[in-house]
Amino acid sequence: MGSNPVLRRRRRAEWLVTLPTLVWLGLFVVVPTLLVFVIAFRPSNPYGGIGAGWTLDTVRSLWSPSYLAIAWRTLWMSLLTTAICLILALPAGYTIARAPERWRNRLLMLVVIPFWTSFLVRVFAWKSLLHPDGMIKKALEALGLVGPATTLLYHPAAVVLVMVYTFLPFTILPIYAAAEKSDFRLVEAARDLGARPFQAFRRVFLPGIRRGVLTAVLVVFIPALGSYIIPDLVGGPGGEMLGNKIAQRVFTDRNLPHAAALSAVLVLAVLAPLVAVLALQRKNKKSDIVMGEAP
Amino acid sequence: MRRSRFPIVVTVLVMAFLYLPILLLVANSFNPARFSSSWQGFSLVWYERLFQSPEIWAALKTTLIVAVSVTAVSVVLGTTAAFALHRYGASRLQRVHYTLIYTPLVVPEILMGISLLMAFVASGVPLGLFTIFLAHVTFSASYVAMTVLGRLQDFDFSVVEAARDLGASPWQSVRKVLIPMLMPGIVAGALLAFTLSVDDFVITFFVAGPGSTTLPLRIYSMIKFGAPPMINALSTLLLAVTLTAVLVSRRLANRRSGT
Repeated sequence: MGSNPVLRRRRRAEWLVTLPTLVWLGLFVVVPTLLVFVIAFRPSNPYGGIGAGWTLDTVRSLWSPSYLAIAWRTLWMSLLTTAICLILALPAGYTIARAPERWRNRLLMLVVIPFWTSFLVRVFAWKSLLHPDGMIKKALEALGLVGPATTLLYHPAAVVLVMVYTFLPFTILPIYAAAEKSDFRLVEAARDLGARPFQAFRRVFLPGIRRGVLTAVLVVFIPALGSYIIPDLVGGPGGEMLGNKIAQRVFTDRNLPHAAALSAVLVLAVLAPLVAVLALQRKNKKSDIVMGEAP
Repeated sequence: MRRSRFPIVVTVLVMAFLYLPILLLVANSFNPARFSSSWQGFSLVWYERLFQSPEIWAALKTTLIVAVSVTAVSVVLGTTAAFALHRYGASRLQRVHYTLIYTPLVVPEILMGISLLMAFVASGVPLGLFTIFLAHVTFSASYVAMTVLGRLQDFDFSVVEAARDLGASPWQSVRKVLIPMLMPGIVAGALLAFTLSVDDFVITFFVAGPGSTTLPLRIYSMIKFGAPPMINALSTLLLAVTLTAVLVSRRLANRRSGT
């Protein structure tokens, strides 16, 4: 194989064009990720750096009630966000896929635009809406739904709300992409045969777009697990997630090994659903791209 | 038989949900009131304050220096990677390559930020503009690669072969045929890289160090420490810039190849 000069030249050309990104991503993605797992076992030094020697104390200290509570909260908030996003995205993706051609592109554009506006700006928009002097609070007060003392901000529910807002476009896109390819005559046939709308949706439409739904779950659940800005800006102490703890260890305590240990937990938490979905998709044959189309 | 109205109602509500906060923010940037709940007439006072703030101009300058250099490097890296993926897509090496390029797109930003910070601290690289640059290229290159790859997917390689048959050297066929035909994809990727670099907060926050402040870092500290309504004005301007870049890049990416 290696003796054929044409093949060998082709091989060399392939390495030549692959090497730049391979080296770059190796240096700045693979090595740093491995480093996180290494530094978790190193002691910290008082100058905010990494000390000499090895220790298991940091990893052991993660098994404390306060961290378990944070991990549990991160998990349920991410799951809840994923569920709400799916509930909203399924009918939206369905409607866009069934819309007339002319409308479809416009609707799709409308979904994509917020996804491209500055993330900080969107979180800030919600922060000012939920602010005690903000519009939502005033409106709810005028309707007599909340008292003047209620705080909308700094609450786990506010975090979930803003996470849903942020990740919803990511959910709609893969569901739309799958729904667009599905055969709506099957849904109509089910209806003709007497299925109620919800039954037709659940028994015929949903199984047909399973891959899109799996992708949608991934693209919400994974970034939700790693959320940091949203809980930081609208969450308050009761809405803190794992990401906030990592940032606190880095910026407040200046304890990098501790931050590394927490990050290692997050890496594993992110890998688990990714591997599960990839395995599921492999089982359903075809293993092309997990996410929707590249933007 | 009537189709259920329910999905349409939900879609309308979803669109309202997606757009109301942004529209209110834009409207409030023209509101002289300190709090958003009362409208006190149209005014450009926050824009004036914004343009008079030296910190904003300094942050903008830093952001642009980073974004321009990030765009240049990530376009070269990303385009080369996309070419490799397309040309040799079936090989084992390219499968590894694809996974690597894909990783920055799925990994939560905080993990990228923290792992890069660890790497820089462990290797003694001082935090600052240079580390921001390295971090931004790392995720931008992947986006460029994916954009150009999409463009390559409907590219007819027989044109390059024809150029070779007509006597062009390999380098000539790349420079005179391949690159011009890929140009819309490359420009779309460049705009994307630029926008992502200008916009990034989380990763920048971790690798910036105390000295260098980009625009998102500035905005963050404005939000965090007593949010002045100036952010509304700044956000509106950012929205306008990002939207223009995105619309242009989409138009370029969607344009059919050849013509």
